[in-house]
Amino acid sequence: MSEAIEVKRTNPAVDFMGRVTKAFSAKLGVVLIVLVLLFVLIGPFFTPYGMNDVDLLNMYAGPSLAHPFGCDSMGHDILTRLMLGGRYSLAIGFCSALFGAVVGIILGSIGGYFGGVTETLVMRICDIWSALPSMMLCILVSNALGSGFFSTVIALAVGTVPGIARLIRGQILTERSKEYIEAAQSINCSNVVIMFKHLLPNVIQPVIVTTTMGIGSAMIMAASLSYIGLGIQPPNPEWGAMLSEGRSYIRTYPHLILVPGIAIAITVFAINLVGDGVRDALDPKLRD
Amino acid sequence: MGRYVIKRLLMMVVILWCAGIVIFTMTYLTPGDVPRLLLGAQASSETVEAKRAALGLDKSYLSQLGTFMVNTFVKFDFGTSWATNTYIVSDLAERIPRTLILGLSAMVLNVVLGTLMGIYAAINEGKWQDSLVMIIAMLFVSMPDFFIGLLLMLLFALKLGVLPAYGIDSWTGYILPILATACGGMAVNARQARSSMLEVIRADFVTTARSKGQKEGVIIRKHMLPNAMMPIITGVGGGLAVVVAGSPVIETVFSIPGLGAYMLNAINTHDYPAIRASVVFFALFASCAVLLMDLCYAFLDPRIKAQYSKGKKVKDK
Repeated sequence: MSEAIEVKRTNPAVDFMGRVTKAFSAKLGVVLIVLVLLFVLIGPFFTPYGMNDVDLLNMYAGPSLAHPFGCDSMGHDILTRLMLGGRYSLAIGFCSALFGAVVGIILGSIGGYFGGVTETLVMRICDIWSALPSMMLCILVSNALGSGFFSTVIALAVGTVPGIARLIRGQILTERSKEYIEAAQSINCSNVVIMFKHLLPNVIQPVIVTTTMGIGSAMIMAASLSYIGLGIQPPNPEWGAMLSEGRSYIRTYPHLILVPGIAIAITVFAINLVGDGVRDALDPKLRD
Repeated sequence: MGRYVIKRLLMMVVILWCAGIVIFTMTYLTPGDVPRLLLGAQASSETVEAKRAALGLDKSYLSQLGTFMVNTFVKFDFGTSWATNTYIVSDLAERIPRTLILGLSAMVLNVVLGTLMGIYAAINEGKWQDSLVMIIAMLFVSMPDFFIGLLLMLLFALKLGVLPAYGIDSWTGYILPILATACGGMAVNARQARSSMLEVIRADFVTTARSKGQKEGVIIRKHMLPNAMMPIITGVGGGLAVVVAGSPVIETVFSIPGLGAYMLNAINTHDYPAIRASVVFFALFASCAVLLMDLCYAFLDPRIKAQYSKGKKVKDK
């Protein structure tokens, strides 16, 4: 137990001081994420333009001093929209990964802890759930729910649930016969308390890794959804929406797709680096 | 083995049936008055009601579901498109091969290249080659595949002009979409191959092989790779599902009239039978991928094999 608590308190990047390259990549990831967060959270206060300020003289303008990343087809300043859109993109990625993880954890815990018929039922539901590739589920749910922020979060989260549920259930299988569970049952702990207070801290590590990586893939999925005309739509300045808005001008004004695309790539890259760091930090085989 | 295969096939059929129910229900619950949307705002309410009856939308949920399930999974009849009145089966027959060509070639490319990249990184662990390969892999994982597609299009079609940007008039049209699809999966495979190679690289049997003077190439091929194969295969099956499922996006980018583009078009025209049929096929491909993966797994893992072939062993003796 004490070990698990200790790991949670230390920074996964710091955990890796020993292995130089890895520590470096995880550190780089953390630095990049902090920079991206500063960019989207504080950045908008320093830009002279608003999200929907139109500068008709500079439609499609390339990078210049006044507009460092140029302007889009409406004459909006791309830098400003990139900062504000990043809030959407990051919030969507984070919320949907978290939401999917929570639902998956609940389902998996119920299945794994109760066993028997409940377990079979939960696992078969997961089988059916994942018979549809997650992108298809995402498209169908997004189509059914419409294109708002919360509908997109739900659509993105739906695909991650069965994977997380399986992961948790697999972990619980090895834990549920241990003495501390029996001890908790013998002092009349309720099932909910055992599941979430005693079992969960011991089985959650792989889910933390999957969920961290999931933030990045959710952002990619969100961008793909916007691109094919579902999810968040232009003129909302979400990064994927900005990309899909710029695709018509790829021949003439490639900066309209390059800027938001590179923003997505850098952010997801940083999240994945940190995700790798978290995985290595939590991997008992690598922890000395 | 035979019993295992039959058991898995039966499971797949049952799961596909259930997935059919889910697909139908999800499209059924999608808001919007379909006959009205199909006929446009000017249509009189009588024509709309007549259309509703003609499409069978006036019936109850269960009766519609029953018709859908029987037609799809018993008669294999997907009906006619609501938007274009063509037979969906013939529409699909024309489009599915394109999606499969795209998906399967991308799959082969990303498995072969990804595994090689992973092995190369693993045997150079800690050196600059390792970091370089892993950084490239990480970059590919971090980019949406359609963005990679757009970049490739910008470079090879619009700047250099060596490959077509849109359509599949000739086979060269497939090159960019295949590359765009393959990049993400290749990176995932490379990471997977690297970590499973690293698991075996310090194993005792590798040290033994080395100590008896075996050549490094033989050690990698004969000793390490077979033992590192299992997780790589798991990745392949999952990867195939992802590749085929990613087709709506890539097909949109490169204007390829495949299954994914067909589905998106059906969504935009509220053509429910066409949506359902295409998603059923996507589910079928995904299940086949998982099935193949499980069979490979069972074939390679002596423990699973033993479970199902006890009788045979006795006979052999």
